[in-house]
Amino acid sequence: MSLGSGTAAAVRGPASTRYDGRGLLGPGITAAYLSLLVLIPISAILWRSVSDGLDEFWAAITSPQALAALQLTFTVSGIVTVINALIGTAIAWVLVRDDFAGKPFINALIDLPFALPTIVAGLTLLALYGPQSPFGINAAYSQVGIMLALLFITLPFVVRAVQPVLEELDREMEEAAASLGASSPTVLRRVVLPNLLPAILTGSALAFARCIGEFGSVILIAGNIPYRTEMASVYIYGQVEADKPGSASAVSVVLLVVSLAVLVVFDILRRRISRHEEASA
Amino acid sequence: MTAVESTPVEATSPGAPITTTRGRAIRLTLRLVVLGYLTFILALPVFMVFWRTFEDGLEPVLRAISRPAFQSAFWMTLQITAIAVPVNTVFGILAALMLVRRRFPGRSLLNALIDLPFAISPVVIGLSLVLVYGKNGWFGEVLSDLGIQVIFAMPGMVLATMFVSLPFVVREVMPVLREIGTDQEQAAYTLGASGWRTFWRVTLPSIRWGVIYGVILTTARSLGEFGAVAIVSGKISGKTETLTTHVEERFQAFDLVGAYTASIVLACMALLVLLAMTVYQSGWLGRRIGRGHQHAASDETVR
Repeated sequence: MSLGSGTAAAVRGPASTRYDGRGLLGPGITAAYLSLLVLIPISAILWRSVSDGLDEFWAAITSPQALAALQLTFTVSGIVTVINALIGTAIAWVLVRDDFAGKPFINALIDLPFALPTIVAGLTLLALYGPQSPFGINAAYSQVGIMLALLFITLPFVVRAVQPVLEELDREMEEAAASLGASSPTVLRRVVLPNLLPAILTGSALAFARCIGEFGSVILIAGNIPYRTEMASVYIYGQVEADKPGSASAVSVVLLVVSLAVLVVFDILRRRISRHEEASA
Repeated sequence: MTAVESTPVEATSPGAPITTTRGRAIRLTLRLVVLGYLTFILALPVFMVFWRTFEDGLEPVLRAISRPAFQSAFWMTLQITAIAVPVNTVFGILAALMLVRRRFPGRSLLNALIDLPFAISPVVIGLSLVLVYGKNGWFGEVLSDLGIQVIFAMPGMVLATMFVSLPFVVREVMPVLREIGTDQEQAAYTLGASGWRTFWRVTLPSIRWGVIYGVILTTARSLGEFGAVAIVSGKISGKTETLTTHVEERFQAFDLVGAYTASIVLACMALLVLLAMTVYQSGWLGRRIGRGHQHAASDETVR
């Protein structure tokens, strides 16, 4: 799932491959499979977005409704990502360092958003925070409702990225810092957080990418009111239904580019921090 | 803070920053915040759906289940999953083998392509398939000449499901393949085993846990996919509806019990998946490979 997964393969030299050696048959099938399923469809989106001309592309992504949807999507996703980075790290800390009855159950619960279908996630949140809320909180058809849905479905990303790093983190380092007179906040700020930061960034990037494309969980709770609670993915869906594939493709390309850019930038940041940590260690 | 600074003796005792009163207060507060958050964002909503579903007893639920539209959606979901998961598993293992063990032109491009489904909105995925396999799509004419309907029919829904769940098996198997190396395969090959035999007897058994975990994740995603399937299926009730699009359709038709019932069926499948994940993570393999270093670490803390 991680972006850096290519590097380990690059380090390992050309491995022995004779046993499955039928020339290029294996790579050929792999390439054909990925082309038919991913490469050609994505190329079709890119091509369709500009096939009516660049002016049309520009008009599609700068139409007031599209702009409003994109702006809402990026704002809400940004806020949710920041909340996730904070609470996700806290959850990971509690799961690794704290001890209480029922911890394994809580640990298993974290994966629920990955297992639960997104449309069900949306419906569940609507049951609790919708018009029939037992608490009298009605977040339906509001931006708060959208954020709740996004917080739900992206919960595991930061937790599951930070958790293994925290487990590996050497307690002696913190104890050494404390014994040298560092206060708890200082230890947290100077020792623990720098070590966790790459993992937090990785989890946050994945969460953000997931947020800006999210559809199933927001469609019920958002109400999809144009200019107010219509997410970009819902806008694209509407354009497809309205038989406007050109404008749908144009907005899709914006989402695609932003999503990839965020993943790449966060990956560069993560690498830079990791390298800095290694150098100073 | 000052207490720790002024009494370094206390700080050097094991676990000092946490055993202080202040440390314990922070720890308890954090625990409460985390548990409260998880309760309100995860546990309670799921509980509420179960509650609302069975609020008026079993009868409305049974009526919702017996509706032909529900049953057709249920079987549609199972059929799609039954095709998409095995296909993605076979190709996933093949792709992982090729990407880890072979060098060929375009390898890094393919490697990057695999992650793409995670970075793309399901809606965009659905649209991209329509643009290629739809009536006016790139392959539309060829396909209609052959009499094959992809979009607004099951093949398109299977394609969409395969697209969104593509990375799981590949990404779970690749690290395992790197970890096991090629020594055993080479030994088998040297001893005269054929390529297939080596794969079945040596490679596959070594990567099986990675494969299983990938299959679990693929299954979860296939059962629950909504956006991509909603676009390519056209959501024709009783024909191309899946359980997830059925939930939406029932909700929009103000049949809340119907929507809740279908949700519960999906949620139960999700809970099964979750159970499988948990069993897997706490299983013997989890301890042997994944948590290997963790044991070393805990030994150190004991010391």
